[in-house]
Amino acid sequence: MAAPETSPTPSSLRNAFGHVFSFFILILIGVLAFSIRLFSVIKYESVIHEFDPYFNYRVTQFLTKNGIYDFWNWFDDRTWYPLGRVIGGTVYPGLTLTAGTLWWLLNSLNIPLSVETVCVFTAPIFSAFASWATYLLTKEVKGAGAGLTAAALLAMVPSYISRSVAGSYDNEAVAIFALIFTFYLYIKTLNTGSLFYATLNSIAYFYMVCSWGGYTFIINLIPMHVLLCIVTGRYSSRLYIAYAPLVVLGTLLAALVPVVGFNAVMTSEHFASFLVFIIIHVVALVYYIKGILSPRMFKVAVMLVLSVGLVICCTVVAVLIALVASSPTKGWSGRSLSLLDPTYASKYIPIIASVSEHQPPTWPSYFMDLNILAFLVPAGIVACFLPLSDASSFVILYIVTSVYFSGVMVRLMLVLAPAACIMSGIALSGAFDVLTRSLKFQLPGTSEIFASDAVDTGSESVILNKDGAKEDKSEDSVKERPSKKSKKKEKEKEKEKEKEKEKEKENAGTLSSRSHAGTSSRRPLVLPVEASVIAIFLLVLLVAFYVVHCVWAAAEAYSAPSIVLTSQSPDGLHVFDDFREAYAWLSHNTDVDDKVASWWDYGYQTTAMANRTVIVDNNTWNNTHIATVGTAMSSPEKAAWEIFNSLDVKYVLVVFGGLVGYPSDDINKFLWMVRIGGGVFPHIKEPDYLRDGQYRIDSQATPTMLNCLMYKLSYYRFVETDGKGFDRVRRTEIGKKYFKLTHFEEVFTTHHWMVRIYKLKSPRNRIRGKTKKSKSKSSSTISSKSSRTRKKNPWN
Amino acid sequence: MSNPISPHSLQPISNENPRMLRLKKLLDSTAMLLNLDSAAMEASGRRPRLLLQICLIFSTLILTFFSPVVRSSSTPELQILSAERRVDLSSHIIRVSLTLKVENVGTSPASEILLAFSPAQVDHLAWIKAGALVGKKRKKSSLPLDVKPSNILDGPNGTKYYSVFLTSQLGSGESVSLEVLYVLTHSLEPFPVEISQSESQLVYFRDSAVILSPYHIKSQETSFRTPTNKVESFTRVVPADRSGTELKYGPYEERPSYSYSPVIIHFENNNPFAVVEELVREIEISHWGNLQITDHYKLAHAGARQKGGFSRVEYQSNQPFGGSASFKHLLAELPPRVHSVYYRDDIGNISSSRLRIGAKKSELLIEPRYPLFGGWKATFVIGYGVPVHDYLFESADGSRYLNYNFGCPLAETVVDKLTIKVVLPEGSEDPSAVIPFQVEQRLEKKHSYLDVVGRTVLVLEKKNVVPDHNSPFQVHYKFNPVFMLAEPLMLVLGFFLLFVASIAYLHMDIAIRKS
Repeated sequence: MAAPETSPTPSSLRNAFGHVFSFFILILIGVLAFSIRLFSVIKYESVIHEFDPYFNYRVTQFLTKNGIYDFWNWFDDRTWYPLGRVIGGTVYPGLTLTAGTLWWLLNSLNIPLSVETVCVFTAPIFSAFASWATYLLTKEVKGAGAGLTAAALLAMVPSYISRSVAGSYDNEAVAIFALIFTFYLYIKTLNTGSLFYATLNSIAYFYMVCSWGGYTFIINLIPMHVLLCIVTGRYSSRLYIAYAPLVVLGTLLAALVPVVGFNAVMTSEHFASFLVFIIIHVVALVYYIKGILSPRMFKVAVMLVLSVGLVICCTVVAVLIALVASSPTKGWSGRSLSLLDPTYASKYIPIIASVSEHQPPTWPSYFMDLNILAFLVPAGIVACFLPLSDASSFVILYIVTSVYFSGVMVRLMLVLAPAACIMSGIALSGAFDVLTRSLKFQLPGTSEIFASDAVDTGSESVILNKDGAKEDKSEDSVKERPSKKSKKKEKEKEKEKEKEKEKEKENAGTLSSRSHAGTSSRRPLVLPVEASVIAIFLLVLLVAFYVVHCVWAAAEAYSAPSIVLTSQSPDGLHVFDDFREAYAWLSHNTDVDDKVASWWDYGYQTTAMANRTVIVDNNTWNNTHIATVGTAMSSPEKAAWEIFNSLDVKYVLVVFGGLVGYPSDDINKFLWMVRIGGGVFPHIKEPDYLRDGQYRIDSQATPTMLNCLMYKLSYYRFVETDGKGFDRVRRTEIGKKYFKLTHFEEVFTTHHWMVRIYKLKSPRNRIRGKTKKSKSKSSSTISSKSSRTRKKNPWN
Repeated sequence: MSNPISPHSLQPISNENPRMLRLKKLLDSTAMLLNLDSAAMEASGRRPRLLLQICLIFSTLILTFFSPVVRSSSTPELQILSAERRVDLSSHIIRVSLTLKVENVGTSPASEILLAFSPAQVDHLAWIKAGALVGKKRKKSSLPLDVKPSNILDGPNGTKYYSVFLTSQLGSGESVSLEVLYVLTHSLEPFPVEISQSESQLVYFRDSAVILSPYHIKSQETSFRTPTNKVESFTRVVPADRSGTELKYGPYEERPSYSYSPVIIHFENNNPFAVVEELVREIEISHWGNLQITDHYKLAHAGARQKGGFSRVEYQSNQPFGGSASFKHLLAELPPRVHSVYYRDDIGNISSSRLRIGAKKSELLIEPRYPLFGGWKATFVIGYGVPVHDYLFESADGSRYLNYNFGCPLAETVVDKLTIKVVLPEGSEDPSAVIPFQVEQRLEKKHSYLDVVGRTVLVLEKKNVVPDHNSPFQVHYKFNPVFMLAEPLMLVLGFFLLFVASIAYLHMDIAIRKS
């Protein structure tokens, strides 16, 4: 606040200095965001992580090899055998195109990085972009100081790190950047009313649509905000410019993405945007008419329009409701519905419910993923309210909705993270603002304090000055700003007091500050020096705690690539590289066209790493197909062989953790197979696999369980390892120890037994008596199975 | 089963004696008989073997009878006083050492000595070296001699020749002692062709009990060393004798030229039949101080194929017998002062390797992702850097040369096809290679980090490479050190332009309408 009063030359110099300083801080934040995500590369290796990233990697490889046109037309016959999958039309291409472009750019500069390297580092690069976008967005809301703080917080928020470590090559990696950037451009347009930014906004939205299904969040949140603005009487032409082009251009562009296509206008997810589009036009019309009519005439017109409009609206709404209600899912996709009704998935769609990241989060996960942000957010919300502008109301709306969504699905914690960072950035920077200012006004010789202060406080005040200087430049917000500033000051004071109450328990300081505030309302509000020093110290401590937690989370919790497991044993690090062992074996020692059946979790990895055709994969688009595999896994050997044989399967891959205690193996996932299989083929009944409602594999297990294929393939010859067959995951001895396989043959088992691969034995020559016998037997076991499977099977 | 002297190699030999042709027919028929017998031998035991032996003796007798005729066709009259051959069958790379004492019984001096190989052996002959033994018993040393495939027309039954060039002419009545070493690959034929996991691997080796030579051999002896005591069967050619791992044929006296007496040895060989089907090695020279070497391997187990499944429990529980014919690790010998070693494949790092860096050499023990059984394959990449000043030198005329080891660093492996790509720095000229043996050469271009004109790549290709090929080769080229600065300068220029552009942008008013 000192800046405008001082002479122009030093202020402009300081201004320039502030610019350069914040520029360097931003660069450092980018470097921080990038490098904190490299733990996975340093601790493990530069490799693609988990499941979905492998698919994205494979698609990128295809793109770089065959070019964009082949990519759009790609029909993948190596997955979902025998159905195949139209990749070009069912994949969000944003991530792939981004990495493909990056690779192409590098290669045209003769920098021969492999596609894999580019893919691995795409996510960290985009996290740097995302933190810069956060800076821009928060700067639009609350100024550069808050922007920098928010950017620094976002650069290392664990929730985002969990999805964007090097190697985590998933849609979210670029989508979060796109999300924040779209919001920034929206706010920018709202603040400036510039059509240029409105157009950029639609393009950013297009990029978001390309990247992630979460774009529906944008296309619902922005209309909500527009509606909020209209309802609270904040309609302006800027709002219209921010919204109308976005809907028109954005929808047109979104429809260009094959996977969205006509969904952009047909599904209910987009309905809100069109409704608000109509409303904003009506409101615009009303404002226009209000401008040209006299108040009395206007009242009459309102009466007229209301009575006619209400009738029309009622009929239109009735028709719409009837249309929507006639479709079974009410026009909503399963995932969206499970968002609105958290119990929906577990009731109707076991496939969605079976994925752990679709479960609601637990309370500790909020602390784990957001840490201190969870406590700073309320302060930030209060800070946003004090001068409630269009921009800050948007941020409030953003945080409220994302808190709800994160409560439904763990995965959506990711959407909450930027909002929480923005809020906490606002809160923290506000607090620092007040505290450093009170230091500055009470100590003589301001410049010395600048020099002696800690780095972040220094930067904060510099930026503050810059901000003040900027005020006279930007003509739009001139009117609002002064009042906003003073209000903000007061607010931060209050908030600061809250904080002190919470953390310092230093009542004297609070009281004195209050008295200060009371006596001198004209002067800038200040706190006693001691109180501010202690408060700054505690805040820095708090932030330091956050940094320590984030680094720990990045290094320990979220860096494991999950295809390589490690365990710390007394004699050093032990590496479990079984998955790649199995995939490498498959890729080198089986025929290139062999079909491998496994539970769908391993589909993407099998196609990407082993380059073999799979029956089902992580893109769970065909429930029946998955149910067929689930049925096979839960059927007895003979019936399972028939199902697999009818699908041309040559190898069956199961993941078994019983020897080394790897808990997410197929036996633990088995009940989902039964459930999903039973959902389509009713002869598979979940109670058959449970003893008194309990899932067990020991001697108390049901015969159905002990005879099903999954049990047999997992535990085949397992007893010979230790003589008892002790399963270290279930912590029990297995129920059936000695048995033989008649239709399957073990062909490969990895070093720690984590992956076991079996080959279907070719059918034996028919012997008269035997065939008859087996036929009657098999028909009794699969009697209730649909005739479809039996018809295809030549051996019946 | 390929026949040692197969009927397919029968070529019309019109310029030779008509009696030769008859001999050929006879020989072929014996061979065919032998072939049949060896197939039947496993099944029906002793009687065919007896028959076989009779046939063999018969054929040898005939050979002896006709031999003067054959000998008369070769020009210098040489004869071998004594010959000793030791065949080492202990791994899948067969090393044969042959000691010959050659005497000139003719009148004209001789300058070259011919070595004869059967067509089957020539195809598998990977490496050959000869030396003349000089000095008396204690102070014996070997002078290396040139060996080249001879351009003399093929001998009877497609026999191929290699000539050993003597340093000084062998006068009439003089004699010389020669030592010949050669290496055969892919000559052990697994039988049974498929074995299960717990079985050990048995192989056939086919050779002749007597040394095939265009000269008369006065006295000779052949010994085969098998890896273990377990020898299932071997063809008996009296006198033949087996003790432990040693199988001895001979001594045979006064054998005429082109004597051939096929033998088959069926024995156990559980040594890793590690064959690198293709090895592409890229050596990238950087004058900034690093020599980057990247080896792409396609490894295969070339032994008896795996029958049935692979049971991990069997493999782990009884380790010595669980997979005796398989191998799980290989030793790669890397140069000393090697750094940044990596060992990975298409899907990431392979975590099972150990590196020991020594002063003389570094050893890298690598384990493929899974143990390799017969017929299984694996691919991987080993890469490392070494300081360039160890391998790059400047010759007197100002050109530079790289001196690096040819061959595959893996111990006891055969490389079916070796491609070495020497990537010279950008701007280097006139590449030429000096290699102690015959290889195919060609030039390529490669664009690497920030290259503009591209780097010259000298590609060397050789088939059938064995560890004995690990000898240094040189690549000479001319290089102007100014080119070293091209890329840094380019970067500097790029950033400079970027800053200039941003300054220009900031100082320019590009608004259409002044506000």
